[in-house]
Amino acid sequence: MATSVELSTEEGGTYSGPLLDVRNLHVEFRTREGVARAVNGVEYSVDAGETLAVLGESGSGKSVTAQAIMGILDSPPGFVTQGKIIFQGRDLLTLGGEERRKVRGARMAMIFQDALSSLNPVLNVGEQLGEMFTVHRGMSRKEARARAVELMERVRIPAAKERIRSYPHQFSGGMRQRVMIAMAMALEPELIIADEPTTALDVTVQAQVMDLLAELQREYNMGLILITHDLGVVADVADKIAVMYAGRIVETSPVHDIYRAPAHPYTKGLLDSIPRLDQKGQELYAIKGLPPNLLHIPSGCAFHPRCPRARDVCRTDDPPLYRVSQHRASACHFWKETLGDDSVPSDDT
Amino acid sequence: MTTASRPTTPEPSDGRPADREPILQVRDLVKHFPLTQGIVFKRQVGAVQAVDGVSFDLFPGETLGIVGESGCGKSTVAKLLMNLEEPTSGEILYRGEDITKLSGRALKAVRRNIQMVFQDPYTSLNPRMTVGDIIGEPYEIHPEVAPKGDRRKRVQELLDVVGLNPEYINRYPHQFSGGQRQRIGIARGLALRPEVIVADEPVSALDVSVQAQVVNLMERLQDEFNLSYMFIAHDLSIVRHISDRVGVMYLGKIVEVGADAEIYEHPTHPYTQALLSAVPVPDPEARQYRERIILSGDVPSPANPPSGCRFRTRCWKARERCVVEEPLLAVPEAFRGTGGPAAHDSACHFAEEKPVVPRER
Repeated sequence: MATSVELSTEEGGTYSGPLLDVRNLHVEFRTREGVARAVNGVEYSVDAGETLAVLGESGSGKSVTAQAIMGILDSPPGFVTQGKIIFQGRDLLTLGGEERRKVRGARMAMIFQDALSSLNPVLNVGEQLGEMFTVHRGMSRKEARARAVELMERVRIPAAKERIRSYPHQFSGGMRQRVMIAMAMALEPELIIADEPTTALDVTVQAQVMDLLAELQREYNMGLILITHDLGVVADVADKIAVMYAGRIVETSPVHDIYRAPAHPYTKGLLDSIPRLDQKGQELYAIKGLPPNLLHIPSGCAFHPRCPRARDVCRTDDPPLYRVSQHRASACHFWKETLGDDSVPSDDT
Repeated sequence: MTTASRPTTPEPSDGRPADREPILQVRDLVKHFPLTQGIVFKRQVGAVQAVDGVSFDLFPGETLGIVGESGCGKSTVAKLLMNLEEPTSGEILYRGEDITKLSGRALKAVRRNIQMVFQDPYTSLNPRMTVGDIIGEPYEIHPEVAPKGDRRKRVQELLDVVGLNPEYINRYPHQFSGGQRQRIGIARGLALRPEVIVADEPVSALDVSVQAQVVNLMERLQDEFNLSYMFIAHDLSIVRHISDRVGVMYLGKIVEVGADAEIYEHPTHPYTQALLSAVPVPDPEARQYRERIILSGDVPSPANPPSGCRFRTRCWKARERCVVEEPLLAVPEAFRGTGGPAAHDSACHFAEEKPVVPRER
């Protein structure tokens, strides 16, 4: 990991790469049952002002990757075994604990799905928001409180001055998620990772929260990694997409292309399996089988037992991320066929 | 709501025969949960008006979808239908008989015909029971359905019907994935050969790829056993996919009900319009031309609902009349007698048509 030194910039030097560049990241969990390979060579990058959606089902490794980037992976049992996480030109994995902590919160922040369990129930929200300023910026409590009120107004919590003494349980789900966003925004980070930020919310509230997030992102030109399983939310806000399956990226693409013509059978299966709002369809297409057990990831392409296109080569050879076009890649031996064919493949396995 | 004088469901446009008798008729159903103060001497200081005057019909073989946000009372309606909660007032007629007044043997007989599938496949199955015991348990209560010697075979048949290997009969719930567990829950619901299945968010805990499998299974079973579904969910796309008719709930009331195309393509209630416009559509091209209605604020507390129309505090059309006069669930005057798809029940004084669902691709 020490080889990443050449990427570091001197203080004041200019670094022209992406804001965040994850390279060949591997994470495993060493459990009593064996080693679960949760992340197997993930690569993605985000620029300032850009939104990357990481799409995947439970167990695909999308949240574990985010935890590794943030440096909040439970270790043990989780270990980063390989790879680089280059943030503003520096490989975070080479930093010591103290330096890493300075990055976390101040330069990159995270928004979690469940605001109720992510906020401290015995501190009022003013104290929790103010903590960001007293700890990271060394402000007095009074100053910090004033900043906390400003923040709450920023995320449009009504009557912020009064609400600052409220405890998390006194807020509705949507308001709580706004408090979470306020906390993430507090130190004006360059990157925000939002892990299923609206999954627990109702649709009308989800729309409010996504709008707020998009507005703040534009204003501060932040990079945003949006982790989600919802293809609708992705289509609404993302610039580009990384689809994950069994700890790998199976397809990356600008958002428009992937919905028009997916280049991986898994992506295609997902798109075909969601019911549509604008028409009453026939039977839904269902991907057969179940997501793999990470203790026993199938040989070759991990998706082959569920894939309508699988052939012998898929059982033996793990497909690399083939370049489909300048900005697209697909980890499927038969990406050309997948792209070209828009009907359900008749290919028998 | 005082719409009992006329049928709450107009002639649907989906070609359902009009002469069919509804299997379930719900009339002015009300459930208030008392709020009390004091420890020894409890005084009632108010009530959470979870369900406040809900009426609808369910016909044999049809699926009625109920959508609404958290706290709108949709799950309470499910519990009332199952007779798990006693209604404050109102009637639930199963084949003409009011089940809220039944008890003992008569209630037991009715319950056999109305079964439930729950949301969370992890907590709704007893972890200490084998799959065979879980699916076979209904037979303990209704032994007339399957004699003792027959049960194992019946359970294996049910496993097969829901797409699980019949050899798994001796396994425990933790040995199954979420989707498989939901299949077990469905098999249990089917055990007594019910006519009505109340499904409360049956697929919302499942991953997208597994969701489609379970939805397809439910549709297949409906055809096979001529089941009526009451399908409660917050996911509007899934509800449209599976439902023949859809009811939209807000703060304990049904605000709009109609055939699926009437609700999704010709919504007339502002809440339905806002709800539909807020659903993220899986098509990035739709970003440019879709118009989203972003509601301000949160749902008011059901313990203290607004006067008049309950939606008025978040409605962009609200006027003086909405404060004082509660709109009834009926075909709005503007569309009465037009026979068009907008002529369905909508509880709004200022109902007007506004298509909000963008066409995909």
